[in-house]
Amino acid sequence: MKLVFDRPKSMKDTVMHYCPGCSHGVVTRIVAEAIDILDIREKTVCVAPVGCAVFLYEYLNLDVTESPHGRPPAVATGIKRARPDLFVFTYQGDGDIAAIGLAEILSAANRGENFSVVYVNNTVYGMTGGQMAPTTMLGQRTTTTPYGKGAMDGRPLRMAEWIASLDGPSYVARMAVNTPANVKKARKTVIEAFRMQLEGRGMSFVEILAACPVGWGLSPIEALARVEKELIPYYPLGVLKSVDSHKAG
Amino acid sequence: MSGAEAMAEAAIRAGCRFYFGYPITPQSELAEYLARELPKRGGVFLQAESEIAAINMVFGASVTGARAMTSSSSPGISLKQEAISYMAGCELPGVIVNVCRGGPGLGNIAPSEADYFQAVKGGGHGDYRNIVLAPSSVQEAADLSYLAFDISEKYRNPVMILCSAVIAQMVEPVEFMSPRRPEEVEKPWALTGAKGREPRVIKSLRLSEQELEEHNRHLQEKYATVKAKEVRYETRYLEDAELVIVAFGTSARIVSTAVETAREKGYKVGLLRPITLFPFPTHVIRKLAERVKKFMVFELSAGQMVEDVEIAAAGKAAVNFYGRMGGSVPSPEEDFEKIVDCYRG
Ligand SMILES: Cc1ncc(C[n+]2csc(CCOP(=O)(O)OP(=O)(O)O)c2C)c(N)n1
Repeated sequence: MKLVFDRPKSMKDTVMHYCPGCSHGVVTRIVAEAIDILDIREKTVCVAPVGCAVFLYEYLNLDVTESPHGRPPAVATGIKRARPDLFVFTYQGDGDIAAIGLAEILSAANRGENFSVVYVNNTVYGMTGGQMAPTTMLGQRTTTTPYGKGAMDGRPLRMAEWIASLDGPSYVARMAVNTPANVKKARKTVIEAFRMQLEGRGMSFVEILAACPVGWGLSPIEALARVEKELIPYYPLGVLKSVDSHKAG
Repeated sequence: MSGAEAMAEAAIRAGCRFYFGYPITPQSELAEYLARELPKRGGVFLQAESEIAAINMVFGASVTGARAMTSSSSPGISLKQEAISYMAGCELPGVIVNVCRGGPGLGNIAPSEADYFQAVKGGGHGDYRNIVLAPSSVQEAADLSYLAFDISEKYRNPVMILCSAVIAQMVEPVEFMSPRRPEEVEKPWALTGAKGREPRVIKSLRLSEQELEEHNRHLQEKYATVKAKEVRYETRYLEDAELVIVAFGTSARIVSTAVETAREKGYKVGLLRPITLFPFPTHVIRKLAERVKKFMVFELSAGQMVEDVEIAAAGKAAVNFYGRMGGSVPSPEEDFEKIVDCYRG
C-alpha cells in the first residue's frame, strides 16, 4: 500500500498548543513539508518570533533560535552573514513584522539579505489576547479597538506589496490557507520561495493570510469564511514579484 | 593608533570576523576601521538600520558560534539593552563596546563614565550580569578587546568594554597580540543545521516558574564563578597607604598623575584601579578597609561606582567622592587638591 500522508521529518511528534481553528498549525506543517521536499532539514536554522509561534522549536525538528519581538530579520541577517551555507528562515506574525519590527524587515529586504520570510497575517496580536495589529481591518473590533478600528488607528498595512516594491527581494507572494486548494498553492509558493534562497537570489517573502477564531470571536468555520470574504479582497493573493519573471502571476 | 582603532584591530586578531553597528560619536572610528579592514580579512562589516538591529545581528552571528561584536555610545547602548538581556538569557557570547558620552538624553559627546550603573548592574531587564572591562590606556583597550572574546565565549555571556572618548580617541603606541584563527573550539550549543544530531534550540523562554528559577540559579552560579575567577585590577602604593584612591578608566588615568604628585610630596596615598567593573574587586577593598583610614573615589559621573566601594568598605573606612559630570574632565591638579583635602580632613 502506498503511504499518502505522514508527519514530515522536519516536524516533531508532539501536540501543538495552537487554538482550535488557528492557521498557524497549517502553516507550520507547510514549512516542514517544504523543508522535507527540498531535503534541507540538516542545514536549516529557523528564527522563531515572539508571538503565537514562539514555541516553533517544540514542533519543528530543526535547529531553532528565539529572537526578540520584531527582530527576526536582524537575527537572520547575523546568522546568514556568518554562515551563508545554511538555509535560514524567519517565521513572523503581523505584530512582529508590521509594527515593532518594520525597520528590521524593510532594511533586510532592501539589502536583499538571502534568507526567507514566512509571514503569518492573522490581523491581530494573537498571543497577547487579540489586540489591534497594523493589519487589522478598518472597523474590526479587537480588545484595544472595542468600538472598531478607525483610520487614524492606522490603515491596514499591505506588507507584501511594500516588500515587493523594493529591489532587494527575489520573490514576494501572498497566499491563504482557508481552503484545501489554497493550502496546496501556499505550499507550492513556500517551496518556490525557499528555492530562491537556495539559488542565492536574495530575500524571499511569503505572506500567508491566517484565521484567528479566538482573536476574532468567531467559530473556526466563520473565521475561514471571513478570510475569504473580508481579507482576500483587501489583501489579494498571488505572486507579486519573482526574479524568474515567468513565475510572476 | 587611537583607542577605538586599537580595539578594532585587537578584535580582528582575536578572531572576530563579524561587526554590526550604527554610527554615533565618539566611537565611529572603531566602525570605520572595521569597515576598511574586515572585508580584506575575510570578514563582514555591516552598517545596520539601528543599534537595535545591530545587536540583534550580533545575536544571530553568535547563534552560529561565530565571534561577533558591536560598538556604540551611550544612547545607542540604551537601545541595545533588550537584546543584551536576551543574549544573557540565551547564554550567547558577544562583545559590546560602549564609548560612553555625557548624558542623560542626547547629552553631549564629551568624555563621561556615567554609564557605570547601566553596564555593571545589568542595563536591560531581568537578573543578569554583563562582564564589564574598563581600559585606561590604548594598549589596555587593545588587550581587553582581545580578552573580551575569550571570556565571552568561555562563560557564554555578553562582555562590555566601557570607556570614555578620552581612551577611544587618544593616540598611543600599541603592541598587538598575534592573530588567532577563529576558535575551533567545539561549541555544542551552536546552531549549524541539525546534521546527524538532534536539533538544538537557543532560547531564554521558560514558561514554568520552576524551570525559569532553575535557569536563573544556573546563571547566578555562573556569575559567582566569574566573580571568583575573573577579577582584574591594578594597584599602586598600597603597602603603607592611609588614603586609597579608587578609580577606573579615564578617571583613573587622570588621578594616577595626582597620586604620583601626592607621593612625591610625602602623602601616603595609594591607588586601586578596577579593570573589571563586573566582577568588581570587592574583596580587595574589603581587606583594605580593615587597615586604611579612608577611600576616595574619583569618577566621571555623579557617583556610581562609589556605591560599590561603600558596600565593600562596609562602614570600616570612610568613603569620599569627587566626580565631574556632563563631559567635564578634571585636571590632575584639581584631583591633587581634592586628595590633599581628603587626606587632611
Ligand atoms: C518588546 C516586546 N513588546 C511586546 C511584547 C508582547 N508581545 C508578545 S507577542 C506580541 C504580538 C504578537 O502578535 P503577532 O506578531 O501578530 O503574532 P501572533 O501572536 O498573532 O501570531 C506582543 C505585543 C514582547 N514580548 N516584547
